[in-house]
Amino acid sequence: MMESLQALFGSSWPVVWTLAKIVAIVLPLMIAIAYLTLAERKVIGYMQVRIGPNRVGYFGLLQPLADGIKLLMKEIIVPTASNKGLFLLGPVLAIAPAFAAWAVVPFDATLVLADIDAGLLYILAMTSVAVYGVIIAGWASNSKYAFLGSLRSAAQIVSYEIAMGFALVGVLMSANSLNLGKIVTAQAGGFWHWYWLPLFPLFIVYFISAVAETNRAPFDVAEGESEIVAGFHVEYSGMAFAVFFLAEYANIWLVCMLAALMFLGGWLSPVPFLPDSILWLFLKVGFLVFCFLWFRATFPRYRYDQIMRLGWKVFIPITLVWIIVVGAMMQTPWAYLFH
Amino acid sequence: MIFQDFVFYTLAAILLIAGLRVITARNPVHAALFLVLAFFTAAGIWLLLEAEFLAIALVLVYVGAVMVLFLFVVMMLDINLDRLREGFWSYLPIAAVVGVLMAVEMALVLSGRYFIEAAAPVAKPAGYSNTAELGRVLYTDYLLPFELAAVLLLVAIVAAIALTLRERKDSKFIDPAAQVQVKRNDRVRMVSMPSYTEPEAEQAQQELKP
Repeated sequence: MMESLQALFGSSWPVVWTLAKIVAIVLPLMIAIAYLTLAERKVIGYMQVRIGPNRVGYFGLLQPLADGIKLLMKEIIVPTASNKGLFLLGPVLAIAPAFAAWAVVPFDATLVLADIDAGLLYILAMTSVAVYGVIIAGWASNSKYAFLGSLRSAAQIVSYEIAMGFALVGVLMSANSLNLGKIVTAQAGGFWHWYWLPLFPLFIVYFISAVAETNRAPFDVAEGESEIVAGFHVEYSGMAFAVFFLAEYANIWLVCMLAALMFLGGWLSPVPFLPDSILWLFLKVGFLVFCFLWFRATFPRYRYDQIMRLGWKVFIPITLVWIIVVGAMMQTPWAYLFH
Repeated sequence: MIFQDFVFYTLAAILLIAGLRVITARNPVHAALFLVLAFFTAAGIWLLLEAEFLAIALVLVYVGAVMVLFLFVVMMLDINLDRLREGFWSYLPIAAVVGVLMAVEMALVLSGRYFIEAAAPVAKPAGYSNTAELGRVLYTDYLLPFELAAVLLLVAIVAAIALTLRERKDSKFIDPAAQVQVKRNDRVRMVSMPSYTEPEAEQAQQELKP
């Protein structure tokens, strides 16, 4: 079948095949994003002794579809005083890096779109570009609340990116590689060989920074409904508004996927008698995403100065100290613990 | 090769236009965003040169961090463009001299013997890691310059903080260490208050009962 398709497309086959692979990643991702919105409402609902959406479809399962249709039908209002080009560019810049980063994410030992050497760096670069969507949206709206939201978000993301980057430095020291696939295979050997154990402080710092980086509760001061109404997207409506949410949920899946790959052994099985499988990866990512929802239902929002203090004065020193510990331990006979 | 040429010329054209717009855009935020575009396209050209580490580092450092801080500042400025352009014609002669001088210097350097070599570099074999090679060279052959540059940057960071740090009497801040050490008795005073009912109210209640 493959050969006949290849013959059909001729020389344009590599392009067609790559496009097909991109669709094969993006389509399930879109569905996962849509159902994360439902999962969030359901999970938080049950945590607050409510039922959550249960009208559209059995168990509310068609709710994301209904939401999507509603948002598509709504008018996109462009404020008169806004900078129109940049106002529409904002959501695009928010969602493009969130999808682009998935190019190097390995789902299995062989299942990866672009198996590049500097995969980890590429992902860091893409997630750091994502902040432009928020900044541009806040500025182009020409609204005080939106502007305050974008300033808060910019400062927060730049601060936590440093701690996140340092946490990943520990991973690549242990794995001796920037390639995500090699990082996973370096953790082979079961539950106690995954990097969450030797790099425990870095794992915690990475995960909390990931929550801050995706602007989720308790670090969601960029939205801050009670102080600055809805922050950077207060002027957006309809699908333009929805795109910001898609980007946020795509980023949640991405950071959880990275945490699972780098600290929880990716697709590796926790016990030797069960085979490695992509299902393990989904299980780990699902648990981490559930933690995101759990945090939102549990913690009150941080004050802005507390966020900055946590990022600069707590996380960055912790990561720096642990990088030195890892580096020093590698020169001792116990180096095997950190590989 | 033709496809690579096409990509190169497209990126180069975008880079030139973006660079030109950085200095001609009326709005400083637009200028900063065009600079971001210029960095991004430059990273694309570096990728064509198989320098993927440098390309991604350019996006990571300049696009992801430096330009965000730039935008952060530029967005908050209220710039009056007419006042900025006031002295344009009086500054023009000296600016023209400096510009021409810089162009001549660049022409001298670029036409020098270091840039004559036009032979295309040999394509690297598959499995060649640009990042690993760069790291190896940086930490072996160029260890001393590398460490000196690092120390220089550290000094610059310390100096920048020392220059801008000013002690303010009126700034309010919290001390988390003191916060977590607070005991209940520091904040709450327990007072013993025996319960007491007004005699008349008691009587009225008695009368209400049938």
